[in-house]
This record gives sequence, structure tokens and C-alpha cells, in this order.
Amino acid sequence: MAKYILPGYSEDGIDRRGFLKCMAWAGTGAFFIIQGGVLKSFALGRMPHRLAAAKGELSFVQISDSHIGFNKPANTDVTATLQEAIAKINALPTPPAFVLHTGDLTHLSKPEEFDTLGQVLKGIKTDRVFYVPGEHDVLNDNGKQYLERYGKDAQSGGWHSFDHKGVHFIGLVNVLNLKAGGLGTLGPEQLEWLEKDVERLRSSTPIVVFAHIPLWAVYPEWGWGTDDSQQALSYLKRFGSVTVLNGHIHQTMQKVEGNVTFHTAMSTAFPQPQPGTAPSPGPLKVPAEKLRSLLGITDVSFVRGNHSLAIIDSPLQGQEQKGIPSQEEQR
Amino acid sequence: MRTLLVFSIVAVSAMLVLVFGLSAAASGRSVAGSSEDQKDAYRVMIDNFSFAPATLTVPAGTKVTWINRDDVPHNVISVDKKFASPVLDTDEEFSYSFTDPGTYEYYCSIHPKMTGKVIVQ
Repeated sequence: MAKYILPGYSEDGIDRRGFLKCMAWAGTGAFFIIQGGVLKSFALGRMPHRLAAAKGELSFVQISDSHIGFNKPANTDVTATLQEAIAKINALPTPPAFVLHTGDLTHLSKPEEFDTLGQVLKGIKTDRVFYVPGEHDVLNDNGKQYLERYGKDAQSGGWHSFDHKGVHFIGLVNVLNLKAGGLGTLGPEQLEWLEKDVERLRSSTPIVVFAHIPLWAVYPEWGWGTDDSQQALSYLKRFGSVTVLNGHIHQTMQKVEGNVTFHTAMSTAFPQPQPGTAPSPGPLKVPAEKLRSLLGITDVSFVRGNHSLAIIDSPLQGQEQKGIPSQEEQR
Repeated sequence: MRTLLVFSIVAVSAMLVLVFGLSAAASGRSVAGSSEDQKDAYRVMIDNFSFAPATLTVPAGTKVTWINRDDVPHNVISVDKKFASPVLDTDEEFSYSFTDPGTYEYYCSIHPKMTGKVIVQ
């Protein structure tokens, strides 16, 4: 069952009981736990019984790449699959404290696409939705419309941070002012803000960073990375637990580097090919019966006291993720 | 067997590209002055997240048209801010007339790995 446990597990307090407790969280797909900054990754088979989350923990959900307005194969009704994702969120045993949308809300930045998204997301049973833009949300106007709609509580460039139950959340924008030949970009102004934002925090504060384009080099050949992410991560080095949640690549992938866990979410609209397996990262056309196994949501939980974090990827349909490469790495 | 087949397809495709490329260039030269034909001759196709041809050489006064054949939107943005297309959804196109000689580098600001250039002689 536990196919893969990284070395050094004996030193961070995971005993059999702790391990079983972790396993109890597992719904579907990949499952992680961080303790003392070291990640354990368990490739799971089926764990149909998820216990209701422990009392006092923080639980939130990430959704991504809803691409409202996209209407081509393999998904001509992305609003319907977003609604299915929301039904899945609303069926969680513990309602999420909030939802993070990691960008590409719309496909073409059209006002009516933003309107539809807003209407549909009203159906989520949660207190609040936090956003970062994807490159599809800032077309033609350098993000003006996105910022008018979603940037009111943010810094002028759309980046923002907030604290919840002792966890510090940072939403970054890496889809604006992209340079020819380059990748995603944060830019000096945002980096400066980030450095100041985390200055006051204790190193024991768990950090969650969310942004659209991955903040690690998933596959630069397809633009799947961020040029100045290393500088951003250098400001987070001293923290014991850093979790980076991204979208953009429409598939789950994970990587661990020191105390930093990187994770990408599925889209709610259409899948994209695994790196290098197609001529381009364009939408992956899959049979209708397979589509919903490649779309889904990400459910994240913290257990206070032991700095544990669990990430569970749940496809809209099916128990296991299929065709998702396992890329566990350490240091 | 499969490898051979793939190789054959690649080889045939390459020849077709070569033949069409040459004929397009030839017709472009012979009909310089007719804007309609020029439009056919000087096209940049956007396919599989790339511009083809990535480098296009044209005489001054030529109108170049970019056509998006991908399932996702792209745009055509001059690095030196000389021209900028709106976002092009599937099958949408954008044209720009190059009057002055020079090298015009451009990219897709949505997918900045996509770059190309137009050399105006």
C-alpha cells in the first residue's frame, strides 16, 4: 500500500499509529504528509473511507484552470464540469474554510466568461474564494479587468497574502509582463513585496504559496516554469514547511526540495499532455468516458501542532488518478 | 516497421513543405504588387505552439498574415512594440504591413516561449 516512503522517516515521529492516521485522510490519488519539513509520499491504491477531518484542523480546497469559454474537444461544456467539481467540494466531510482558484478562470478573458464563473462559484459552500490570475485571464488588457474584479483586496499587481489558523497564505501573480522567449515572471516589485511580507513571520509558520504557473521547472520547453521563482523561494528557505500550489499544466505533479513541497492541480476543464509526450501542450483529446478521471479538485488539510499537511487529488470520476507520472524527488 | 513508417511520413512531409515553400516564395515574388496574392504568399501559421516559418523574409511593403490553427488562443506581439495583435482564437488571423526594412522580432505574450521574426528587405 505504502509504495514509497522517503529515507529518514524514522527520525520524524511517524510511527505505525501516526502512519495509519495519515492513511485515514487518503481519498484518492496521491497523498502527502509533511512533518518537520520532510515529506513522505505514499502512492495510494484505493482508500474509500475517508474519516471526517480531525477537529481543529484547517482544511481548504484548490481548484484550477476552469477555462470558462473553452468549447472544443475533449470538453465542450466546461461549465458543467466546473459544476461537478463544486458538487464534489460541497460533498466533502469537512466544508473547506475557503477555496483557492489558481487561475485560468476564463479561456479568453471575456466579461461574460468572468460573469459565468462568478455565478457558478457562488454555488460553493465556503466562506470565501481567493484567486490568482492565469495567462488566459489577462488577455488584451494586461490584467485590468481581472484586477477590477478580483484585485480589490490585493496589492496593485494582484498579489496578496493572508493568515488563517496560524498558516500564512501568499497568492502570487506570474502571468503578466512576460518576456519573449521566457517563462512565467514575478518581477522585481512583487519579489520585493514578498521579501517584506514574510520578514515578520516566525520560521515555524507554515507557508502556503499559490500561483498559476508552476514555481518550479516542470518543463521549461513548454513554458512550464517561472523565470525568477528561485529568488522568491530564497525568501522562504528558513521556513520549516512551505507548500507551493500551482495550476497551468492541467495534471497533478509533485516535487520536494528541502522543506518545500511543490504540487500542481488538475483542471476542471480539460487535461493537457504529460511533458514531452505530444508536439505541444495543447488540450489533450481523450475519450468522453475518460475525461472526468483527468479533471478534479485538490483538497488540502493541516493538522495543527505537528505541522502536518495532506494533499489529496480527487478526480471528478473514479478513485485513482490515471496517467499521472509519479515524480517524487528529494533535494 | 513502425519506425520506418514514421520516418517515411516525416520525409514526405518535409518534401511537401519544401515544395510548397518554394512555390509560395516564387508566387510571392511574381505577383508582388497584388495585395490579395501577397496575403496568400506571406502567411505565418500558428500551430502546435509555434510560428511557422519562424523566420520570414519579405520585401518592404508586404502585408504578413498570421493565422492561429491551434485549439488555444495566441497573439502576435512585437518585441519592440511596433505591432500587437489582439488575442487570436482558433482560425482567427491578424495582418500587419511592413513598410520599413529591418528585422522585426515578435512573440506570443501568452506563451512567451513562442517566438518568431520577420526580416523586411
